[in-house]
Amino acid sequence: MDAESLLLSLELASGSGQGLSPDRRASLLTSLMLVKRDYRYDRVLFWGRILGLVADYYIAQGLSEDQLAPRKTLYSLNCMEWSLLPPATDEMMVQTSVVKGRFTGDPSHEYEHTELQKVNDGEKVFEEEVVVQIKEETRLVSIIDQIDKAVSVIPRGALFKTPFGPVHVNRTFEGLSLSQAKKLSSYFHFREPVELKNKTLLEKADLDPSLDFLDSLEHDIPKGSWSIQMERGNALVVLRSLLWPGLTFFHAPRTKNCGYIYVGTGEKNIDLPFML
Amino acid sequence: MEDLTSLKQEDNQEPEEAEQPWEEITAASSQDPVPGLPEPLESEQGPETGLQPGSSPPQSSQSRTSTPLNDLTGLGASSPPSFPQEPTSTPSTLALARQDLWSPWKSDKTTSVIPEARTAHSNHLEQSSDKGESAPHQKCQSEGNTFQQSQQTKHHLHEPKDASHNNSKLKELRLDIFQEEDSNSNYDLDHPEPGTSEVTPNMLEIAIQNAKAYLLKTSSKSGLNLYDHLSNMLTKILDERPENAVDIIENISQDVKMAHFSKKLDTLQNEYEMLPIYETAEKQKALFLQGNLEGADQELEDEILTDAHPIQRCRFWGKILGLEMNYIVAEVEFREGEDEEEMEEEDVTEERDNGDSEADEDDEDELPKSLYKAPQAIPKEESRTGANKYVYFVCNEPGGPWVKLPSVTPAQIVIARKIKKFFTGRLDTPIISYPPFPGNESNYLRAQIARISAGTHVSPLGFYQFGEEEGEEEEEVEGGRESFEENPDFEGIQVTDLVESLSNWVHHVQHILPQGRCNWFNPVQKNEEEEEEEDEEKEEEEKEEPDYIGQEVGPPLLTPISEDLEIQNIPPWTTRLSSNLIPQYAIAVLRSNLWPGAYAFSNGKKFENFYIGWGHKYSPDSYTPPVPPPVYQEYPSGPEITEMDDPSVEEEQAFRAAQAAAELAAEENEETEEDEDEEDEYD
Repeated sequence: MDAESLLLSLELASGSGQGLSPDRRASLLTSLMLVKRDYRYDRVLFWGRILGLVADYYIAQGLSEDQLAPRKTLYSLNCMEWSLLPPATDEMMVQTSVVKGRFTGDPSHEYEHTELQKVNDGEKVFEEEVVVQIKEETRLVSIIDQIDKAVSVIPRGALFKTPFGPVHVNRTFEGLSLSQAKKLSSYFHFREPVELKNKTLLEKADLDPSLDFLDSLEHDIPKGSWSIQMERGNALVVLRSLLWPGLTFFHAPRTKNCGYIYVGTGEKNIDLPFML
Repeated sequence: MEDLTSLKQEDNQEPEEAEQPWEEITAASSQDPVPGLPEPLESEQGPETGLQPGSSPPQSSQSRTSTPLNDLTGLGASSPPSFPQEPTSTPSTLALARQDLWSPWKSDKTTSVIPEARTAHSNHLEQSSDKGESAPHQKCQSEGNTFQQSQQTKHHLHEPKDASHNNSKLKELRLDIFQEEDSNSNYDLDHPEPGTSEVTPNMLEIAIQNAKAYLLKTSSKSGLNLYDHLSNMLTKILDERPENAVDIIENISQDVKMAHFSKKLDTLQNEYEMLPIYETAEKQKALFLQGNLEGADQELEDEILTDAHPIQRCRFWGKILGLEMNYIVAEVEFREGEDEEEMEEEDVTEERDNGDSEADEDDEDELPKSLYKAPQAIPKEESRTGANKYVYFVCNEPGGPWVKLPSVTPAQIVIARKIKKFFTGRLDTPIISYPPFPGNESNYLRAQIARISAGTHVSPLGFYQFGEEEGEEEEEVEGGRESFEENPDFEGIQVTDLVESLSNWVHHVQHILPQGRCNWFNPVQKNEEEEEEEDEEKEEEEKEEPDYIGQEVGPPLLTPISEDLEIQNIPPWTTRLSSNLIPQYAIAVLRSNLWPGAYAFSNGKKFENFYIGWGHKYSPDSYTPPVPPPVYQEYPSGPEITEMDDPSVEEEQAFRAAQAAAELAAEENEETEEDEDEEDEYD
């Protein structure tokens, strides 16, 4: 959610049961302002909170002018001092896929994982048990990246793409209408599109290239991994992801308010197919 | 001329007639405007703005054109002197306008145009064409009234001044529209010098070109350009003719930008979509007013709930999220004597079932008797005891009707432990799972609520204490003491102590045994009774006497949560202080790691538990559905049931041969016997 509208957004997202205490909100407001100034970001988003056993990580992201460019991620343990996280790479993803369980809350904690690796010693090939150490920071980075790639949401029309390439915030976006807001197809993944090319030509003909340049949520697998609900009569639409429980996206139709926040343990819900 | 005057607003420009044929010629020669140049807009801020029209056309000839506002060239290059530029909206009008050589020339108002100027002209580009060809005489557009800004300047008879003068004017024009000096200076009615008219148009042309190029410059961000946008805006205004257009000009601009994105014109406004929110708001307002209470919505809901049922105590339990709708759960304690009718019905059905099964067995004497005996249904606990201590009501939304959840049976709890399903939000949804869940979503919900309460309802140590000591121990109260009551002497524990050590918190809800109940129910006893009744027939079944089932014991009530088991090295609870900045006002918050979403908090004296979440237990390993059991040996294996192979051909022949041999042997035996008999008889 945008740091500018933090308080309002927290209120709207609180239906999922996750909120922040007043002093944390106050600290966030001031510290995010400072982050924006210091790092010269165009927009700062408060991404959410990952619950650890001993402490929680508060995550923020900074965006530059081009909304789809890779973002800078920062974390903090006390909502005041923010540290930059390294960008996510594929090797990190592979490395951390073996780590399971909760986050501890201590960024310097290292997970140990024993692997059987083949070691070539001259002509002999034998397997050795190698203990690989994975830092919690690395795990944090890759989990945040996975969550962003999988379930970050933006409504259709909030961004538009210019012919030159960069993607901008659409200043004339006044919110989705009610009938549009109830459909899953009016929401897009906020990441580089991967499925657009797979659409049939007929479908592509209906798309508006300046607005429909991202993947829609409609075709997510498994089907039904999003729960879409209207709250307060029809004044607020809330999308919750079932694949990464804890991710909540809210939007007030006909207004500009929208945003998403993740508050959870940082674990994927692999049991989803059994649960539907 | 008439047109001109009609169009005019107070301008400082005096329209003048230009027209001498010779001027035309010169004008023609010096047709400056490159076709396609926007006409310099004279934005006559006219009366509204109260601005001076700005510089009058530099040309001494004062041909001015009032250009339609579409071309808001701020820079206002004045049109070539001898041209009457026209601002006619359409070329046709232009043609009409150009009737005679004496048509007044309009001088261009080269004042810069404020973009918001309201001009009503849509065809801006016409002018350039007009300019291009026609002779200088054009007139003002037919729609004079719309062109408030248009400069209907008077024509001057003067020829354009010298180039230098024009140039300077040009530059001045570019600067600021509010400069009256320009206009003043332009009002020199010196005799234009035809000779210079040829030079100045070039400068003007360039100025006009520059101005238009600037307007056409594409924005780097959005791909639009100001020129098109302004023309679209003016088109829209002219088409719609809104009232007080100047006041809403910004909105019009924004609408035009937005229209860029939407493809279909959907003129129907779906106003009725907003009705549902009004309905809910109305309902809630009624609730707010009804109780004459102020406070959270939740309390009012409970207030209404308590009116409908005889309730002793009511508490907000929490919220369970679902796919389509969520559940808001209230925990209710009924007063004594209520809610016993349901129990009787259940007993009746159980007895009937037993009777049926016995009858069946008698009929099936001939067939092998099945050894299958269904595991005995464990009866559910009484109301107000154990897992059914509280009754739960749910509603989907604040303001919605409260629905009572049925009591939970141990079988439901046992199976609920084995499945993991999302709630949809509708209570009558069937739960399709393996092992099959006995009931629908309302039962599953109730079972999960029971498990969550048993696992996570904790209170500070000492808040509750046991009632009077009960003497009987073994037989009846095997599960441990059940009753507890508030400790009136409770003084509270320091918040920091509550956070530091888990032993300061205790469970105050009974643990649910693996059997599904809180109080152990021994199924062995009942079996013994049944066997006594049916001794003879069921002697065989004595072998099937169930093995002695070890009594299931759970941690007794009021055990501290430090005794809770860990899951794979994760402590079962996480404690926090709500705020690090103001520790004296902070409250201790306990978060369960076993049931994500369960919280308990306390400020030392008061405490509360609640749950907000999906309603599932946490397990670090992924869920695996239980495997179906192996096929059960239902019938005793014996020669009656065991399948045997059909004999092969050789076996059959051998058998027949053997039989034949036996027969022969038998016959011989008979014969010998007969012979013997006969012999005996003879003897």
